[in-house]
Order: sequence, then C-alpha cells, then structure tokens
Amino acid sequence: MDTVDLARWQFAITTVYHFFFVPITIGLSALVAWFHSRWLRRRDEDDMRLAKFFGKLFTINFALGLVTGIVQEFQFGMNWSSYSRFVGDIFGAPLALEALLAFFLESTFLGLWIFGWGKIPERLHVACIWLVHIGTLLSAYFILAANSFMQNPVGYRYNPETGRAEMADFVAVLTNEVQLVTFPHVIAASYMVGGAVVMAVALHKMRQAHRGEASTLPGVGGPGEIPMWRRATRLGAVVTLVAGLGVAVSGDLQGKVMTEVQPMKMAAAEALYETPPDGQCAPFSVLTIAGLGGENPKHVIEIPCLLSYLGTGSWDGQVQGMTELEQEYRARFADGELTQADTYIPPIAMSYWNFRLMIGAGLFAAGVAALVLVATRRRAPGVPMQRWWKPLLVLAPVATVVGHSFGWIFTEVGRQPWVVHGEMTTAQGVSPSVGTADVWISMTVFTLLYGALAVIEVKLLLAYIAKGAEPFEEPRQLEDDDELAFAY
Amino acid sequence: MELTTFWFILLGVLWTGYFVLEGFDFGVGMLVPVLGGTARGDAPGAPEQEKRRRVLLTSIGPFWDGNEVWLLTAGGATFAAFPHWYATMFSGMYLALLLVLVGLIVRNMGFEYRHKRDSEAWRRGWDACIVGGSVAAPLLLGTGLTNLVHGLPMTAHLAGSTTYTEFSGTLLSLLNPVSLLGGITITVLCLTHGAHFLALKTQGEVREGARAVAARAGVLAAVLAVLLLGWLGAERGSTASWVTTVVAAVALLAALAANARGREGWAFVGTATTTVLTVATYFLMLFPNAINGRGDDPALTLDAAASSPLTLQIMTWAALIFTPVVLAYTAWTYWVFRKRISTHHIPTATASVH
Repeated sequence: MDTVDLARWQFAITTVYHFFFVPITIGLSALVAWFHSRWLRRRDEDDMRLAKFFGKLFTINFALGLVTGIVQEFQFGMNWSSYSRFVGDIFGAPLALEALLAFFLESTFLGLWIFGWGKIPERLHVACIWLVHIGTLLSAYFILAANSFMQNPVGYRYNPETGRAEMADFVAVLTNEVQLVTFPHVIAASYMVGGAVVMAVALHKMRQAHRGEASTLPGVGGPGEIPMWRRATRLGAVVTLVAGLGVAVSGDLQGKVMTEVQPMKMAAAEALYETPPDGQCAPFSVLTIAGLGGENPKHVIEIPCLLSYLGTGSWDGQVQGMTELEQEYRARFADGELTQADTYIPPIAMSYWNFRLMIGAGLFAAGVAALVLVATRRRAPGVPMQRWWKPLLVLAPVATVVGHSFGWIFTEVGRQPWVVHGEMTTAQGVSPSVGTADVWISMTVFTLLYGALAVIEVKLLLAYIAKGAEPFEEPRQLEDDDELAFAY
Repeated sequence: MELTTFWFILLGVLWTGYFVLEGFDFGVGMLVPVLGGTARGDAPGAPEQEKRRRVLLTSIGPFWDGNEVWLLTAGGATFAAFPHWYATMFSGMYLALLLVLVGLIVRNMGFEYRHKRDSEAWRRGWDACIVGGSVAAPLLLGTGLTNLVHGLPMTAHLAGSTTYTEFSGTLLSLLNPVSLLGGITITVLCLTHGAHFLALKTQGEVREGARAVAARAGVLAAVLAVLLLGWLGAERGSTASWVTTVVAAVALLAALAANARGREGWAFVGTATTTVLTVATYFLMLFPNAINGRGDDPALTLDAAASSPLTLQIMTWAALIFTPVVLAYTAWTYWVFRKRISTHHIPTATASVH
C-alpha cells in the first residue's frame, strides 16, 4: 500500500469509529434533556431516575466521542496537508466555528450538568443539558457544511496565483444544497439512534423487572419498575419511528440532489453502467449477484423505473450511466494537474452494497420499533417476554449505529476519486512530507488504542445497564459543608 | 492593523488561553500520585489516599474538558486563518502529534472512566493514564512550539505563482536541546501552575501539600524559564521580547513570594501571568513568520501562510461576536464551582453508585 491508501485507511478507521459515538451523543442528549425537563414540569420521580440513568450512559459514550473527535481535527493537517492548503480558506472556517460555537458549548455545559446537581438552580440545570444538545447540533451543522463542500464545492473561486480555492461567498458554503439535505438526514438518523438505544435498553430493563431480577444496587429493580420502563420503551420506539420517517424523506431529497451534483455516485450506487436509451426509465436494483467489479451486473431483483423516480422525481426521468459519465469526465478533467485520475468511476461494489445496507439497517430498526409499540400497547397482556426479543433488542440499536457507518462509507467512497469533487483528487491531497512508515505507525497505534477503548466502553455500558436506575432522591440545594452530589 | 497580524495575535491569545487553563489541569494531573500518594504513610488504596486523589480530580472535574477546547479552537483557527501554517506544522510534526493525541486520549478517558468501577486495579490503571498524559502533552506541545521559534528545516515550494515552504526534516530534527528545554520548562511551569490552583481550590492536607510542592517546583520553573527564554532570546530576541521575558520572570518570582506568604490567589495569578508572557515572548520571536527556518532555511511567513482577506474578515466577525459569549459562560462555570473542596466533600458511596 502506498501513503495515499494508508492515509485513506487511517481516515476511514478513525472516522467510522468516531461516528459510532456521534449519533448516540446527538440523539441521547435530546432524550436525556427530555426526561430532565419532564421532571421539572411534572415532578414525576421516574423522569428523574430515567434522566440520571440515561445521562450516565450518555456520559460514558460522550467521553469516547470527544477524544476521537480531537483526532479528526488534527488529521486533516497531519495526513492531508496538500488538501488542507488547497481548501483551508473555505474548509477551515467551519472547523474553527465548530470549535468556537459548538465545542465550548458542549464541553462547558456538560461539565455544569454533571457536576451541577444541587449547585445550580433546577431550571438552569435543565437548560445546561439542552445547551449540550444544541452544541451537538451546531457541531454537526458545521462539520457537515465542510463535508458538503467536498461533495459539491460552492461559494469559492480558484485562484491560479495562490494555487488554491478561495472563499467567495460564505453563506453559499453554509447553505450548500447538499448540506441542506444532508444535515436533516444525519440529524434524523441520529435521533433514530437515540430512540433505538432508549427503546432497547428500557425494554430489556422492563423484562428484567418482570422476571424480578435484582440489581447490585439496593432497592433497584423488580416489578414495581415496569411502568417506568414501559413508558421509556414506548417513547424510544416512537422517536425511532418518527425519526425513521424523517430519515426516509430527507434521504429521498438527498438522492435527487446527488443525481444532480454527483451523478457518478448515484450511478455507482445502482451499478448503472449504461445510460438507458432515450424515453426509457431507469430501474432500481434491489439485489445484484455478480458483475459489480466489471461490466454487466446480474440484477436479480429490479423495480422498474424506481431509480428514475428516486433520482429525478419523475418516473421517466433521465439517469446517466457510468460509461457515459466517464467519457464526459475524461474530456473535462484529464488535463488538469490536480484532476487527473485513472478512472472517474468510484469502487462500485462498495458503493452499491453500502447504499443497500444503510437502507436495510434503517428499515430493520424501524420494523423493530413498530413491533415494540405493538407488543407494549396498553391492551397488550403483560410484558413481552419471548426469547426472540433478546437478539432484536441488541441488533436494533446496533443497526441504527452501523447504518450511519454504511451511509458514510457510501457517501465518501462514492465521492472517489475526488477529495473535492471536480477540483482535486484524493491522491493529490495527501501530505508530501509524511512517509509510509509514519502512517503505518499511526494507523497501528490508533487501531489498537481504539480497539481497547471499545472493549472498555462496551463493558462499562453493559455494567451500567445491568445496575439499573438509581433510587429516586429528592433533589436539594447543597450547603457549603455538604458532601457533593457528584465527585470524580 | 491588517487582518493577518490581527489573526496572528488572536492565535497567540488562543494558545495563551490554552496554557493558562489546561496548564493547571495538566499540573493537577501530574500531582495525582504526589499529593494523593503515600507520602503520608497511607498504604496504596487506603481510603484516605483515595479521597485525596478524588479531591484533586474533582477540583478540575467541571473545567478540564472546556479547557481543552482552547487547543481545538487554536487548531481550527490556524486551519482557517493560516492554512499553510496548519498544513506544514501538523504534517511536519506528525509522530510528535500522534503522541500528543494518544496522551490526551488516555488522560481524558482516565478522568471520565476512573470513577466508573469500584476496583483498585482499575483506578491505578487510569491514574497511570492521567499522569502519563498530563506529563506527555505539555512536554510534546512545549517542544513543538519551541521548534517553531528555534527554526525548522524547511524548503521552498511553488504553488501557482506564489512560494510557500514545507517542512523537510524528520522526527529527530525536532529533538534539539533548546526545544527539549522548552518542553521541560513548559511542563514544570504547568506543574507549578497546577499546584497553585490546588492551593487555591482545596482545603486541608491537599492544600498544604500543594503549597509545599509549588514552592519547590516554582524555583525550578524560574531557573528553567530564565535559561530557555535567554537562549531563545539570544537566537531571535527583539527589544519587545526581552521586555516580556523580564516581566515573565518577575511575575514568576512574585508568584513564588505570594505562595510563600500564603496568598494563594496571587500565586495563581502570578503563574498565569508568566504563562501569558511566555506565549507572548514566543509569538514576538516568531513575528512576522509563522514558522522560523533553521539556519539559512527559508521561513514560512505569515503573509504566505494566510487565508484570503474574505475568510479572515468572516472569521474576525465571528471571533468578535462569539469570543465574549464563550468567555462569559466559561467565567460563570468557574463562579459556580468557586468553593474550595476537601476530603469531607467527597461522597463515600460515589465509587459504587456512579
């Protein structure tokens, strides 16, 4: 492997890993804030217990999202210095704003929320966790705006004197049409993750409570907790379903924008080699068994005209195939120093399968959520105790998280060979001063460290889920000499 | 003042904020085994020892995460305002930055996860991460920043019709005596600053211990700082940088005197001032470059490294509007958690419940 491949692998590993934690942080912070606010309004003890319980799962997860996020910000300069030089003028601004507007907000107010029990007036304390959530949304907005520039560069002009892209219109960068559909898609999918985590954990606890399993904590567990967990389960399931609908709608809009600005990505996602003849629509392939690496794939299941509709909004819309696009791109880009590539077709199998896995993962989680709503409806008898629930409850939240991974792998692999679509290829963006050995070392270190941290995190999460929700304690403002409500 | 200079100054402010704030939590991290240690005859893991450690960690608990964002903001602002600087520095110091990242990761995880399981071995492991990260990060960052002033091996490249410079050394070219001295000095300064913070924010044995450590670490920091700034000054000094150097030294001596007299607030202000002026000295010795060239090597100038005027203007507006907001709520956090804490504030049950 050369430095470009290694740097890409490292970026893929660290980014996919980072993005396990990001959607949990976004989604779960909203639900924790919801429980905490509901306590404020209704003084229902269960809400306080749920806010603290899911709050703990949230902080365990947030810690890893935070540390792996630092790596992300450094990595552009470390491994992709030519890219950073080329786009820093535009790409750097949202990153700096993300730190200034979002990171400070998240970090400071999470510290206030965690250590603030009994120290801050209740209303302000609840506001803190909402500010954390707003911070996560702002953070997502800025980084997705930066990413959207790579997919569809806007608001810039190339300056031949400095040899780089320069800012022409920052509002255009922040309101990139790709961004306007990507942001709702990612956020809805993150709420789906938050909903699925709450749903699965709460139903698991409800089943444990029904069995009368005791926790290691005194006074925790038992059938008395069933109503609390039932409510959390149903809330999680509703959030998963509603957010899932948002994911589908925004994803549909995204497909249309993608067909317009990155037609090659759409064609690769569908393994559509040849543009359908005039007057014929393009089918959507559900399953393909061969030919994704070369030519003439065997589409086993196809839905006629659906791709035309998904891509253009019209059942007989024209969708271009890869062969035609490749010819166009060669004519347009093959002369430029930064835009030369062996092929302008992205890896087809990766694009095709990740696109389908993403959709499948989302549908699966939504299906489980619907099943949960049915099984826990008011008139349903008792608690759903069948054995087959167990794998479903593990797989549903996992599916929402890896659904994000599939989506990102599709989006970024489908962008290849470009690092900035139409302006610079990925191979041109790598750091010239960083050798292969350096990247081998860093990739090994990150992989081992991240692997170890993943094991620790999962064990901790399971331990805290097993422990359950602490018994209710009436909150009160602490005096100077009192023990702290929370200490490291 | 033109925007390039303004952003250079603003980056100086961000690095200053970083070292003044995270500097003390680095120091507290280093002191975990010292002040929370067996010096008073407790067996390892004894309840009293554990409570003292928790006093140390809780004193920085609500702050360290926000403090670290100053580094991320400095990084992001460098990317936005001086893309060539960001690109050259981060790719040039590749393996050193990898170690910084590992240090920060294990240290942060230590803060977050240490209290999450009631096991002595678990806590010892995370303590090692906290101490290791708290020493490694300032040591490496200090060495790296000193290299920028001392000068890096650089070669000129052409982009379009303008020239920029690219790092042309290896990891070994970062390991020169003056830069290592810079790393050690910054680390000891953080240690002293952290001890002053603990003296100000805790009560009882930890407070007494912190003052004793600050007295000794402060003398060492003063000697090292004079050596370091004198050495760099001989290489790159200007009248202005000599003024800041002298005031930095005076502030450190004043901090030592304040600590000796039990004026803990002033001692903390003293080491904070020294930190501000040390960063100012570095930036004065860099200007008008972003990275000095070693020997006859070309420097990366701020003008060559800078973004276009429009980006700088947008960023200037954002900084002018939002920095005061950030400072305001950061100050509020420090106000909320202003009370001194001591071992009797630490809940016994926490380890098993939280």
